[in-house]
Amino acid sequence: MFEAIAFYLFAVLTIVMFTITVMTSQALYAITAMAAGMIFISAFFFILGADFLGAIQIIVYTGAVMALYAFGMMFFDTTRNVVEKKVNPQIVFVLGVLAAVMVVAIFVAPIISDNIQALYPIDPTIGNSQAVGMVLFTKYLVPFELAAVMLLVAMIGGIIMAGKKMDKSLTLMAEEEIGMMDDSYRAEEGGH
Amino acid sequence: MEITLTHYLVLSSILFAIGLIGIMRRKNLLMLFFATEILLNATNIGFAAISHYIGDLSGQMFAFFIIAIAASEVAIGLGLLIVWYKRTGKIDLDQMNSMRG
Amino acid sequence: MELYLYIALFAPLVGSLFSALFGMSPKTNITGYIASGLLFTSFLSSLVLLNYVLGGHTVHVELMTWMATGDLYIPFGFVVDQVSVVMMMVVTIVSTVVHVYSVGYMDHDKGFNRFFSWLSAFVFSMMVLVMSDNFAGLFIGWEGVGLCSWGLIGFWYHKESATWAANEAFIMNRIADLGMLIGIFMIYWNVGSLQYDVVFAEIGNLPLVITTWIGIFLFIGAMGKSAQFPLHTWLADAMEGPTPVSALIHAATMVTAGVYLVVRANPIYDLIPNVGIFIASLGAFVALFAASMALVNRDMKRIIAYSTLSQLGYMFVAAGLGAYWVALFHLMAHAFFKALLFLGAGNVMHAMHDELDPFKMGGLRKVMKGTFIMMTLASVALAGIYPFAGFFSKDLILEVGFVEHHYIIYTVLLLTAGLTAFYSFRLVALIFHGEERYKLFGIHPHEAYKFMLVAMSPLLVLAIIAGSFKMTYYQLVTNLLPSTVYHVHNEVTFWIMTIGTQLFVISAILFAYKKYSNWNSVPDGTSKMENSFGYKLLWNQYYIPKFYEEVFSKPYLELSKIAWKQIDLKIVDATVDMIANAIYKTGENTRDIQNGNLSTMLRWMVFGLVVLLALAVAFTVGYNAVSA
Repeated sequence: MFEAIAFYLFAVLTIVMFTITVMTSQALYAITAMAAGMIFISAFFFILGADFLGAIQIIVYTGAVMALYAFGMMFFDTTRNVVEKKVNPQIVFVLGVLAAVMVVAIFVAPIISDNIQALYPIDPTIGNSQAVGMVLFTKYLVPFELAAVMLLVAMIGGIIMAGKKMDKSLTLMAEEEIGMMDDSYRAEEGGH
Repeated sequence: MEITLTHYLVLSSILFAIGLIGIMRRKNLLMLFFATEILLNATNIGFAAISHYIGDLSGQMFAFFIIAIAASEVAIGLGLLIVWYKRTGKIDLDQMNSMRG
Repeated sequence: MELYLYIALFAPLVGSLFSALFGMSPKTNITGYIASGLLFTSFLSSLVLLNYVLGGHTVHVELMTWMATGDLYIPFGFVVDQVSVVMMMVVTIVSTVVHVYSVGYMDHDKGFNRFFSWLSAFVFSMMVLVMSDNFAGLFIGWEGVGLCSWGLIGFWYHKESATWAANEAFIMNRIADLGMLIGIFMIYWNVGSLQYDVVFAEIGNLPLVITTWIGIFLFIGAMGKSAQFPLHTWLADAMEGPTPVSALIHAATMVTAGVYLVVRANPIYDLIPNVGIFIASLGAFVALFAASMALVNRDMKRIIAYSTLSQLGYMFVAAGLGAYWVALFHLMAHAFFKALLFLGAGNVMHAMHDELDPFKMGGLRKVMKGTFIMMTLASVALAGIYPFAGFFSKDLILEVGFVEHHYIIYTVLLLTAGLTAFYSFRLVALIFHGEERYKLFGIHPHEAYKFMLVAMSPLLVLAIIAGSFKMTYYQLVTNLLPSTVYHVHNEVTFWIMTIGTQLFVISAILFAYKKYSNWNSVPDGTSKMENSFGYKLLWNQYYIPKFYEEVFSKPYLELSKIAWKQIDLKIVDATVDMIANAIYKTGENTRDIQNGNLSTMLRWMVFGLVVLLALAVAFTVGYNAVSA
């Protein structure tokens, strides 16, 4: 009973929050609703017994990702609204709803759910974090390390791209322009 | 009234549809990123629910990796967005039409 | 012996291909020599084969498999037996003569090499036709000679009348060939094979109705090739082609293919005497009908063409009445003297600068002695005077008619014999006797090259002595053909008939000489006779070409116009245009997809996703439905 109430409550909350994110014209509302939605989603993880995943959800999304977006918004001129021309909005909704219906239809088809078998059964005697750790560092060790490398690469990439001189393309410039670049950038320094 | 796997999958689908709608209707690139986050989270819910109801940790593992991918995507995506913004001063999707055929 | 068979068959093909190599280049004498030489080789091989067959053997080879699918097995098989060897001799002799003659005749023609290519190709097709051991091979040869005939009638393709005549001949033959093809299909359907020996062994077991239909359909094919009524109009028009072509194709060989078919298929026609009677009646009718048209015609070559038609009628009478060996004998004799007549006419044409109206000639015997003698003797042979070739073969056909108690046919043929003599000598008298009317037109005739006359001489000899081969020939072909002896039993009747016929024919010749040998003016259409109804009827070929034009050609033209304007433009073209337009419009309308707008692209991506998901659902449902 408690589980049902919690599920419906958070389901409604999540849907509302995400709808606001998608529909609002104010970037600030959008990011706020988004952050809230992320936290509500972590509630589902807790309900489902995936405690560790829930914690990660809060830390990574609400902590890191949202912070990044917030910085991004600060960087861009968010007060100036992007003019959003609505071209055939009904098509957008029809397509979205259709896709949802299809996915649901596929998921509820018994042929799929009946054929799933547990590869790594959850051991009820140990806690979730421990179980996750055990699987992650045994069966999924290589993907885990690859994911770590990927994050590192993404981080370096992000830093480089957001850094200076990245608005110039060396391949598109003539030799002299490249030579002049140092001077022009020195003048710009301290501009931000 | 018991909450079954179907409930979660329906919820996941609804969120996914919301994300799709967002992707299709947003012209602001930043908002587009938000919509992709919604898509990723919708699938995460699906994975976690299946993991729980089938009794298999693989679903949670996939959810972890998806979160990792989402984080990388944000880092790279925002970086690209900043470069683009510096070069054009705009983050409007309609004006990115250099791929016009 | 197989080697000789292959040489006889393929030497003309080699000659044709060799000439075709130089087909587009200006005249090179070498093509004429080589083609003629190869033809002569073919003739020698045929001679060897004839000798072999006279010894009582036959040659039967299978070159290779042509079609083998399921029960259908058709090889490229060739047979040299008593019948085909006779045809081979006729074809190779006449074509060798014609080839050599053509070297002189086509001397000044631009298409010299092309001519030899077609001519040799024709001989090859004819050899395939006569040597094939099955109906399919016969049909290939049949179509091959039709094609070569088309190319040779329309040889001077820059002349509208020539191309028209070529197409007419080709189309008429197509109509008839359809009949023949149906006949062949019926044979295969009912017998399961097209090999002559199998078919003739099995044909007796078929229901009579089917045999009758097979006989009728095969004869329709023969009617087209041999220009029998009502498909006869093309032969006279085919005279547009070069004269050696007329001699070879439209007198000696191709047009007799119909007769050959009936003779070859004699086991079929033996079973259906009613069809035979029809063939004989039609033959007799055509004999008289064509002879009557020849009476008034003023075109030298057409007169000879009608004469050919008439003689083909004789052959069909004999074949229809079951006297197959007589038909084949007349075919052989006729080939010699008719080719000679045509080649003589070619000499005259050359001398007269392509003037064809005999009324504008006259007195040519002084300048063209050789041609005069040859054409006169050929006409004598055609008229059937003893001891020339025509006497033996033609008299025999009359006897067949008499002995078989078909007195009407006999009477018709007798009358036709008189007409034949009359129009032949009308032609000879007008060309070679009387005043030299050609001087009015400022023409200076000259005799043809010596070697052309020499080339013609074998035909002359054969036209004279072919009759003496009768017994040898009879013993040869009756190995294969029914050996009925047609002889009037009553000695008195026989002599009365023979001498009576001879007297009748001679009096017709004398009448023609009397009437025409002193002709001194060119008719201009004002004399009383020329305005009589009978003359006009004959002059216009019984109005049959006009009738065909009005009844078939013009409605067909109208139908074609309707098909063009209503069906082709409005349905076929419109459909094609619609498809093109639809694709064009689709492209026009969907190029927005490529507008480079990411938002639109994303929409399309989602659309694609929905489609794929829908497919997944559909297949899942379908899969469940099937497995459940």
